Amino acid sequence: MVYPVHPDYTTITSVYNADYVKSILAYNGGSVVAMKGKNCVAIATDLRFGVQAQTITTDFERVFEVGPHLYIGLPGLVTDTQTVLQRLKFRIKMYEMREGRKVKPRTLMAMVQNLLYERRFGPYFVEPVIAGLDPVTKDPYICALDLIGCPCEPADFVVSGTSSESLYGMCETTWREDLEPDDLFECIGQSLINAFDRDALSGWGAVVHVIEEDKVTTRHIKSRMD
Amino acid sequence: MTLQCLIGAKFNDFVLMATDMSHLQSIMVQKGDDDKMYKMSSNLVMAVSGEPGDTTQFAEYIAKNIQLYKMRNGYELAPSAAVHFTRHTLATHLRSREPYFVNLLMGGYDTNTNTTELHYMDYLAASVPVKYYAFGYGGMFTLSIMDKEYRPDLNQDQAYELLKKCTSEIKRRFLVNLPKFRVRIISKDGIKDLPHIVAEGEPA
Repeated sequence: MVYPVHPDYTTITSVYNADYVKSILAYNGGSVVAMKGKNCVAIATDLRFGVQAQTITTDFERVFEVGPHLYIGLPGLVTDTQTVLQRLKFRIKMYEMREGRKVKPRTLMAMVQNLLYERRFGPYFVEPVIAGLDPVTKDPYICALDLIGCPCEPADFVVSGTSSESLYGMCETTWREDLEPDDLFECIGQSLINAFDRDALSGWGAVVHVIEEDKVTTRHIKSRMD
Repeated sequence: MTLQCLIGAKFNDFVLMATDMSHLQSIMVQKGDDDKMYKMSSNLVMAVSGEPGDTTQFAEYIAKNIQLYKMRNGYELAPSAAVHFTRHTLATHLRSREPYFVNLLMGGYDTNTNTTELHYMDYLAASVPVKYYAFGYGGMFTLSIMDKEYRPDLNQDQAYELLKKCTSEIKRRFLVNLPKFRVRIISKDGIKDLPHIVAEGEPA
């Protein structure tokens, strides 16, 4: 049976045949957020991997380490998360072999931008988030890109994924300038958890990486398991 | 959602995989002894479901390539490496003229690290390691049973009983009749067939 539905609502028009999905980016679910602090950055991800309404695993991290103080989050369609990560790692290793130095966060952004724009008319369905410290100056850096590689480098925080709207709200209210690493961890952890608790397709725990000059602290947060 | 059911569960020393044995075409059961599991190597099994034809083509292609690696290099690919290769093949074909519409579960035993492995891979080539999973409509009935009863330290008999619980739920509640399930176990001793799980009144 087909009935008209307001396009803003996610619709499942038939249970028995192929389910209609609002967006390919919401097929697997997942959210990532990154924030700048005082001489540190933090990046956090949820752990759900599912196919539309069904959850398959609850330990799928979407944030990956690509350098000693450099992390990239790849929320979106999981097959493209994995493909983009593999292709990107290849490019990063080739860069480091040729240049003889570690890639800077800004340069990584340019690499990802190029990788994504190469597929302008058949894109990878991921909206990356980069967080890191410059290997030499240790300046904190965050940026987000859309699925065809348009970068955005704000001074405060970046969000991506199925609960991005809730994340914008949470981050806007909780973020302050020059947060110390422990405060930054609390801020980003609470923002992410409260945001994805309102989203059916994200959740099932969170992992937060706080990247400082001399160390990276990874914490696993247990949240509502639904 | 597919009517075919693939179930896989990994335990500390072995991986148990079960597939239904009905080959369905529209309303008819063409074959009641179908084998949806393909042997990739001496310690790796791939269970496939999805578009008929694509399943056989893809499974045989991967199996032959894994054998080719063994012939060229003198040793077998580890299960995780084979899964990586499979994912790469599936992902490459995804955005080509001939994508494969196959969902698969790959279960194996790594003889170098002495660990069991079970990997989920859907038709979009998203691959994750799982402790247990069931594809298809049958999965909707079995996953919650697994969530409740699964423990990684079950022995072979207990694991087989768990599988029987899952299949009897499918037989009781699923619209489509899936009377027989083929069961295979993968351990350090290789791949072994266990007795089929058969509904009462059905010839084995």
